[in-house]
Amino acid sequence: MSTQEGLPRVVPRPARRGALAQSWQRFVAMFVKEFIQLRRDRPTFAMIVGIPIIQLMLFGYAINTDPKHLPTAVLTGDDSPIARALIGALRATDYFNIKYVARGEADADKLILSNKVQFVIQIPPDFSRQLIRGEKPGLLLIADATDPTATSGAVAAALGAANQALDRELTGPLASLAQNAPPYEIRVHRRYNPAGETRRNIVPGLIGTILTMTMLMYTAMSVTREIERGTMEALLAMPVRPVEIMLGKIAPYVVVGAVQMSTILIVASLLFQVPVVGSLFTLSVLTLLFIVANLSVGYTFSTVAVNQLQAMQMTFFFFLPSMLLSGFLFPFHGMPMWAQYTGEALPLTHYLRIVRSVMLKGSNFGDLAVDAGALAAFTLVAMSVAVMRFRQTLD
Amino acid sequence: MSVDSDIAIDVRGLTKFFGAKKVVDNFTLQVARGHIQGFLGPNGSGKTTTIRMICGLLTPDSGEGRCLGYDIRRQQEEIKRYVGYMTQGFSLYRDLTIRENLEFVARVYGLEAPEDAAQAALERLGLVARADQLAGELSGGWKQRLALGACILPGPSLLLLDEPTAGVDPKARRDFWDEIHHLATQGLTVLVSTHYMDEAERCHQIAYIANGRLLASGTIPEIIASANLSTWVVTGEGLDPLSSQLKRQPGVDMVARFGSALHVGGRDEAAMERVAERYSAEGLHHWRRDEPSLEDVFIDLMTRAGADQ
Repeated sequence: MSTQEGLPRVVPRPARRGALAQSWQRFVAMFVKEFIQLRRDRPTFAMIVGIPIIQLMLFGYAINTDPKHLPTAVLTGDDSPIARALIGALRATDYFNIKYVARGEADADKLILSNKVQFVIQIPPDFSRQLIRGEKPGLLLIADATDPTATSGAVAAALGAANQALDRELTGPLASLAQNAPPYEIRVHRRYNPAGETRRNIVPGLIGTILTMTMLMYTAMSVTREIERGTMEALLAMPVRPVEIMLGKIAPYVVVGAVQMSTILIVASLLFQVPVVGSLFTLSVLTLLFIVANLSVGYTFSTVAVNQLQAMQMTFFFFLPSMLLSGFLFPFHGMPMWAQYTGEALPLTHYLRIVRSVMLKGSNFGDLAVDAGALAAFTLVAMSVAVMRFRQTLD
Repeated sequence: MSVDSDIAIDVRGLTKFFGAKKVVDNFTLQVARGHIQGFLGPNGSGKTTTIRMICGLLTPDSGEGRCLGYDIRRQQEEIKRYVGYMTQGFSLYRDLTIRENLEFVARVYGLEAPEDAAQAALERLGLVARADQLAGELSGGWKQRLALGACILPGPSLLLLDEPTAGVDPKARRDFWDEIHHLATQGLTVLVSTHYMDEAERCHQIAYIANGRLLASGTIPEIIASANLSTWVVTGEGLDPLSSQLKRQPGVDMVARFGSALHVGGRDEAAMERVAERYSAEGLHHWRRDEPSLEDVFIDLMTRAGADQ
């Protein structure tokens, strides 16, 4: 008999299970505890269901690797019925949505550099005259091949459509022209990525994706961490304003972001031979703007989330559509309109246009003013929400 | 005006709800400049909530007040500049060194030479040798000293200390209180919440709160006098069974064990005398009339507050 057994007990020792049953019991104890904690955290509980549904919707409906209705400009010096019939045939493929009529080659270049169009159909001034003379004139299809997936379908369709395009026009005396091969040739000019290399599209996109993920994570934790570590109350009791807290918390990560950006750029050019055609200065300034935009979003999450887990999940919740709806993995114009509108509201969408355009096409500030403006507006809205959401009291 | 006013804390009718629960109920208190105001009451009685309302961290649902002459509803920013608030838990950055924490505080308060201010604080605290140690690695007593040091570094006019000595050893507690008295002699006003009677006895004034209501307030003699408690000290064998017996006796309002003695008290002096006579006649224990201590009064207040609920 141990001395323990000899002592009178105030609290009787309840009967215990056998060794194996005790182990099972301990597992059940942990399981029940974790489950209760999970259930108490409502937002987390909602996201357990929400994340798969949203992911399925995005993958299922938004993704289309053979996009149609791509924005196109026409540059023609020939207003003949033949030229018009040709354009009509291209339009009938459903791949080309003719949104602009370019006033000249410079104008056409501008449209491509500023991402307003993905194609320019260029018909030379004396196209129909040369055609009638049997000189086989050339029709130029300029494709913005920075995203080869997005343009390949359209290019193939254009080549196919051209064969029958003029069948109705070439009747009577011109019937002989319709006999064999088309009496003109389509020359496709894949600009910026003539070999159609996917990595030229993916690597710049990765800069944006990686920065989105890392930047969001850094700031999404920043306020919840203060709350969870118990330092928030003391911070609030000090004479520091919400804007000062926000800017002070964001600024260090701008430096971190700049380091990340440089790392990715160096690796991109050394390992993947992706060139930087445009100005490095333009790229750096606009990337910093993008970094700040993401840090602001993360910080806003941080002021809304109650704990770090929630902040993490919000980050994930934001990251997912950013990956799928921004044009990073799948062509932007292949998505239904609702997905495109959603995409327009994401900073990554605008940054992808910026980074691809500057790196591959050499676009400048002027070309990218709209996207840069969108990033700036996004940052301002996120910061305003964060400052308003930030509670200065513990009420 | 403001910072130099003679009344450091002047709050009236402060009331705060958390949901449907009234956490602080019509709380009124004045604290004169340079005084040490003790703030006592059981756990969950609303002490922390009251302190937070005084320093502008919580907005009262009703009532009003001034802290250092500033309106607690509208001038929180000014209040924050001149009030040092030491929270219940350690709220400095554990992953910053002692020096880094102090420099952070000095900068947040906009001091002209934050490095010098931090160095001066380190010297005052006797922490120069450990300045580069992480704050999270300090023992409980040192953490508390550091927290107080951080609070007084910007030169506040009022200190709000929320259970600063919880979990701190007796020697460190003693040193801490010497420091508080030293600060008060220099004109600093201190409001400090505590559970320890010896600490309460070192305050100039005491406020006792239970269930959100202020039950007693004043100097120690005032509080003891107003309690109107007649107490006896009982010694002898078998005090525990006696204690449970006495608690059921009419006329006995308070029974509490103090070391080897039992303190028994009642507000009705005549009834209490009858109980004392009857039990001392049994000759089993020694009954002696004594002045009620502050703790007797608080136990009585707490018993009554508990009965109210």
